[in-house]
Amino acid sequence: MTFLVLLAISVVVAAAVYLSLSRDLFRVIIGLTLLGAAVNLIVFSAGRFATLTPPLLQSAEDVQAAALANPLVRALVLTAIVISFALLCFALVLGARLRTARGSDDTRQMRASEPAAWDPVKPPEMED
Amino acid sequence: MLVLSPLLVPLLTAMVTVLFLQHPRLQQWLSLAGAGVFLLCAAGLLAEVYANGSMVVALGNWPLPYAIELLADRLSAVMVMVTAILAVCVLVYHASSAFSAAGAAMLHPLVHGLLAAISGTLLTADLFNLYVWFELALITVLGLLVVHDGLRHLEAGLKYFALNMFGTLLFLAAVALLYGTTGQLNFGGLAAAAQNEALASAVSVYVVLLISAFLLKAAAFPLYFWLPATYHTLPAPILALIGGLVTKVGVYVLLRLMGEVFVDQPQLLYEILGWIAVATMVSGVLGAAYHWDLRRILAFHIVSQIGYLLLAVALSSPGGGSAGLFFMIHNILAKATLFLIAGMMWQAAGHYDLRRIGGLYPSRPLLAILFLVAGFSLVGVPPSSGFWGKFLLVQESFVQGRYAWGGFALAVGVLTLYSMVKIWLEGFWKPHPRGEGAIAASAPSRATYIAVSILVVLLIIIGVYPEPLIDYSITATSMLWQRSMP
Repeated sequence: MTFLVLLAISVVVAAAVYLSLSRDLFRVIIGLTLLGAAVNLIVFSAGRFATLTPPLLQSAEDVQAAALANPLVRALVLTAIVISFALLCFALVLGARLRTARGSDDTRQMRASEPAAWDPVKPPEMED
Repeated sequence: MLVLSPLLVPLLTAMVTVLFLQHPRLQQWLSLAGAGVFLLCAAGLLAEVYANGSMVVALGNWPLPYAIELLADRLSAVMVMVTAILAVCVLVYHASSAFSAAGAAMLHPLVHGLLAAISGTLLTADLFNLYVWFELALITVLGLLVVHDGLRHLEAGLKYFALNMFGTLLFLAAVALLYGTTGQLNFGGLAAAAQNEALASAVSVYVVLLISAFLLKAAAFPLYFWLPATYHTLPAPILALIGGLVTKVGVYVLLRLMGEVFVDQPQLLYEILGWIAVATMVSGVLGAAYHWDLRRILAFHIVSQIGYLLLAVALSSPGGGSAGLFFMIHNILAKATLFLIAGMMWQAAGHYDLRRIGGLYPSRPLLAILFLVAGFSLVGVPPSSGFWGKFLLVQESFVQGRYAWGGFALAVGVLTLYSMVKIWLEGFWKPHPRGEGAIAASAPSRATYIAVSILVVLLIIIGVYPEPLIDYSITATSMLWQRSMP
């Protein structure tokens, strides 16, 4: 089980790195989101996969920590998922807005905030 | 309750200011009032912590180390105080109408959200909670970047998103791996678990991952490209707030985690960190020397100053920690002041590019004096606040026999002086390229002068009477790097 999860995380991370190194705007965003998914899997696997017993106690004496699944990592991963989902939505809207404003989704053409230098010595001027 | 107030007040103010989006005037006053209450809470917290020692709140009434712990000790209380002072000054400055362009309505909720995130980062003593506050800071800064909806702002937003998101994910992965190894998220619990011999080597590997994430967040040498690419698109008051605080908070977290939690790390790690600090100082100051746009010069100086702060972490001693805290307080104030002054220069002379402006000294002598004090503080000319910060830092490096690091820190000071002299000569001394009449057009408002004067007076006080703050820094950081093993 641990090995399978390890393999899955590695594949997702590889895909994420490949996508986020692309020049295409949306591939970068999807790549970073995939990386977020891989990290969420790491958070999830931090609780180990020893058991499938849900962490529900009948009474205060019924403590058998070793035999129960770890509930904390589920809470952590849920928080991380919510946050990364909000960021994904924001990034997608930002990407769509950029694409309409610029008319292209090639990240190499993004020079508005950092104009290319036209002089070998002096830096370019900003517009205001 | 006092410990929670620096979180609750900005969050509440953010919510209230959202309700008054349609009434900009009222919203501005509410925002200012919220910042004032925040300042009072921070002052109360600082006084309480100074008088009675650290305050701990364990949320949800769980026992430690299982509860999310908020900890106000001398180190975090003074940082919250500096944040609050800066917030009030920035909002007073922003009240001058020149910066209230379109989109400014959403600005106040985002600013207060950022303040809450920074206070949370400073006060929390829980690794996962730290991640949540960092995410809140990330999303509010993104909002502030794109709130003006120009092509430049959108592009800056995307660049900021891509690189900082990567850093945040590295951070989260490190948190998960540390939890998986030690079973702890609380700082105290982690510090105890990290002492375990059997776990030490695994913890060290994950700590390196954690440090890489914070080096990216703090804009250290190989990972700082996002900062000069994005910061200069922000309007001056917001730039002062973000440029003054956000990267420093990354270094603050490094100081706390390295000094208090993961104390016994291999010597090689500190060696590498020291050289990264040197490379950050040098590359930042060289980038600043190349640029002519005021905002870009100052943005590169942020990178350079982060190098000094990292040097304090790399020295890994109580002396280094206290020098780092003193330098951080000085640097937050000096850097924010310079950004605010850059905004006033833009207002008075009409451009941020030094080749297009000039003649500010004869027409705006007060502005020139304010710049001179803040600029000399940044360079570290005695007796300014920056001098004492650099003095403590270089002294500690020499005491530890790190002559190369201390030497680089001194040499970078000379290059910083070059940048400040360039701004002085080009912006203030040479005549305006469009003649005398170009300047009289618009005067910076009284609110901007008041805000900048408060900060400059603080810098002067720290400079001529540094004793109390140095003493405070030494006691506040005395718990750092107290190795249990001899």
